[in-house]
Amino acid sequence: MAKVLVNRPIAPDVFRMEVEAPDVAKYRKAGQFVIVRPASGRERIPLTIADADREKGTITLIYQVVGRTTAEMSLIEPGGEMADVAGPLGLATHIEKVGTVVIVGGGIGVAPSHPIAQAMKAAGNHVISILGARNQGLLILEPEMRAASDEVVVVTDDGSYGDKGFVTDALRRLLDAGRKIDQVVAIGPPIMMKMVSLLTKEYGVPTLVSLNTIMVDGTGMCGGCRVTVGGETKFVCVDGPEFDGHLVDFDEMMRRQRMYVAHEAQSRAAFEGGHPCRMEQMAGEAHRG
Amino acid sequence: MAEKLSNREKLKIAPIPMAEQSPSARRGNIQEVPLGYTEAEALAEAQRCLICKNAPCVKGCPVSVDIPGFIELVAEGRFHEAAVRIKQTNCLPAVCGRVCPQEEQCQVVCMVAKSHKDTAQSVQVGKLERFVADWDREHHPTVEPLSVTKTGKRVAIVGAGPAGLTAAGDLIALGHDVTVFEALHRAGGVLVYGIPEFRLPKAIVDFEVDALRRQGVELKYNVAIGKSKSLEDLFAEGYDAVFVGTGAGLPMFKKIPGENLLGVYSANEYLTRANLMNAYGFPTESDTPILRGRNVVTFGGGNVAMDAARTALRLGAETSTILYRRSETEMPARIEEIHHAKEEGIDFRLLQDAIEILGSEDGWVTGCKCLRMELGEPDASGRRRPVPVAGSEFVIPADVVVVAIGNGPNPLVPRTTPQLQTNKWGNIVADPDTAKTTMRGVWAGGDIVLGAATVILAMGEGRKAAKSIHEYLTTGVW
Repeated sequence: MAKVLVNRPIAPDVFRMEVEAPDVAKYRKAGQFVIVRPASGRERIPLTIADADREKGTITLIYQVVGRTTAEMSLIEPGGEMADVAGPLGLATHIEKVGTVVIVGGGIGVAPSHPIAQAMKAAGNHVISILGARNQGLLILEPEMRAASDEVVVVTDDGSYGDKGFVTDALRRLLDAGRKIDQVVAIGPPIMMKMVSLLTKEYGVPTLVSLNTIMVDGTGMCGGCRVTVGGETKFVCVDGPEFDGHLVDFDEMMRRQRMYVAHEAQSRAAFEGGHPCRMEQMAGEAHRG
Repeated sequence: MAEKLSNREKLKIAPIPMAEQSPSARRGNIQEVPLGYTEAEALAEAQRCLICKNAPCVKGCPVSVDIPGFIELVAEGRFHEAAVRIKQTNCLPAVCGRVCPQEEQCQVVCMVAKSHKDTAQSVQVGKLERFVADWDREHHPTVEPLSVTKTGKRVAIVGAGPAGLTAAGDLIALGHDVTVFEALHRAGGVLVYGIPEFRLPKAIVDFEVDALRRQGVELKYNVAIGKSKSLEDLFAEGYDAVFVGTGAGLPMFKKIPGENLLGVYSANEYLTRANLMNAYGFPTESDTPILRGRNVVTFGGGNVAMDAARTALRLGAETSTILYRRSETEMPARIEEIHHAKEEGIDFRLLQDAIEILGSEDGWVTGCKCLRMELGEPDASGRRRPVPVAGSEFVIPADVVVVAIGNGPNPLVPRTTPQLQTNKWGNIVADPDTAKTTMRGVWAGGDIVLGAATVILAMGEGRKAAKSIHEYLTTGVW
């Protein structure tokens, strides 16, 4: 059991949870994740560690309400408990001083980008962050990312804040302006990571992507998270979650992510059936997502 | 209580069968298939044992259970004493009575079977062991507290599977402090994620784990040693010795086209979703989904393949097919498992092998492209090598495919512990007598050393390691 200290919405359907996990806080490195379950009977879901406080023995998780498990997580009051927080899991990001690093964070992907931006900056890199969201209300962690970056570019799909357009537009502008970029790290929806990788391949800029696939155990036992990277099958949980974006078969990965779409709807319906009033508002918001 | 019978009379008694759920009934539920002996049945079966002096059965048992000794007690109706006798050498009899391959160990060498020249006639050691363990759990559920002087030494056990739990039980009884680190949220290892409820009820595993906990073993869940923290971290935290029992959990694939299509599972994933995560109960009791295929095809011929194919039926499959590239003679699965699978209507397609998994335009499995095989010369495993029959290609329809062709050693600990020597398959190298690894203070045993083997062999390894760990902790000599 892990005690929840903070659990509040930071954007529609997006929550920030601070939870006690002293060993995870002590041993975690940028890029690693945990597998959590809010309660017995719920699904095991992987979430990247957005931040950690070794002194307090807590970690920060940022999650989006999509299925029953995350819906139930969002209902835990501070002082309540998560049944399981397992980790840290996955390989840590390779942090090195390479020069200029562009961190591209899209949507909820800004959360896992944050510790990587921090670590890249601490290693002496010039960090440029490109933050993307559909609209201003969905942009998360802007102040934190500003603190961890030397330059920040914000883009929104609808132009309600920052530049109008996609993260790839902002990245292309930087590349076309002749900025010397030594490394790109892209974390966000699969389609965004695919488009960023296609763009940087054109310009020959090494690009890391962090994949968030379906997992069960998260320790290399089930293979549910497998992806094709450079023609070889890799397990995201133990060989990743970060891979060379130029080698990932994104189309296959996006197909595999759809395996349980119908089940998710079924499971939410079963949950909402039992909690009609409390869930009404949240369900409406999640379906807009 | 029955009268003493002569050997001649004993040999006239036929083996007492154990009642089972009917195949048609059990396809529709996940309850255990064999229903257990009644006291009368156990007494009758125990009468059949010749209590022979040389006891070949004991030599056939990887943990040397005193088989004639406990069976004699059963025959006298002294069931609790029989349980105590078994537990002197086997801490998980309710598990072993169910999943041990007795027909290859204790029963194959039974003198009764030899007299009849028929192994099916052997004393039903496994069924009796199961009866005794179940009877005792029901009648003596409290765990005797240990009266042992604490040594003050701390042992970390990595992995709460059969090897680790056995080592933990032995070491706590010797007075050491024992902490078991488990990556998952539940203890038991393959007993809870792999072996289905219909073969091994999870309540039995929970009972055994709880007994260890009540004896003072500390269980830490959600820690994947080798990832979450390293072996070095454990020594830094003050542990004096570490036992690695992380098992063979790395699923192998066939490396044929189509294995990443939607609807293709490793057996580990399929069984973990169904067992550990209780996907049978989706979407009400459980939130973990599983694809309920109409036509499920499982690749492989071992116990895991049987478990997957039978699980598919219980998830509502109309057809569940085993595709195995050799013949039934070469199948590594237990005869009983093959028999149960056949009874339930699993379609065995032998001497056939998939060469490609076919999919729809949007990536869902639609079938398997297969070839017929014939047996050629023996290969390195001693089994006759399957050779494809030219021009024999055909397609079988499938909407779920389960790949159950074996598991490699769990790589988490070896990958992050360069001091640990591994062999070419990635198994940790350990001394066969002591289970000591190449790293001081670290022992290893079970499938991580042996490769995918059996529960009882893993338990034997845990026991061997515990003995050596105890020596090291009391003498300080490595």
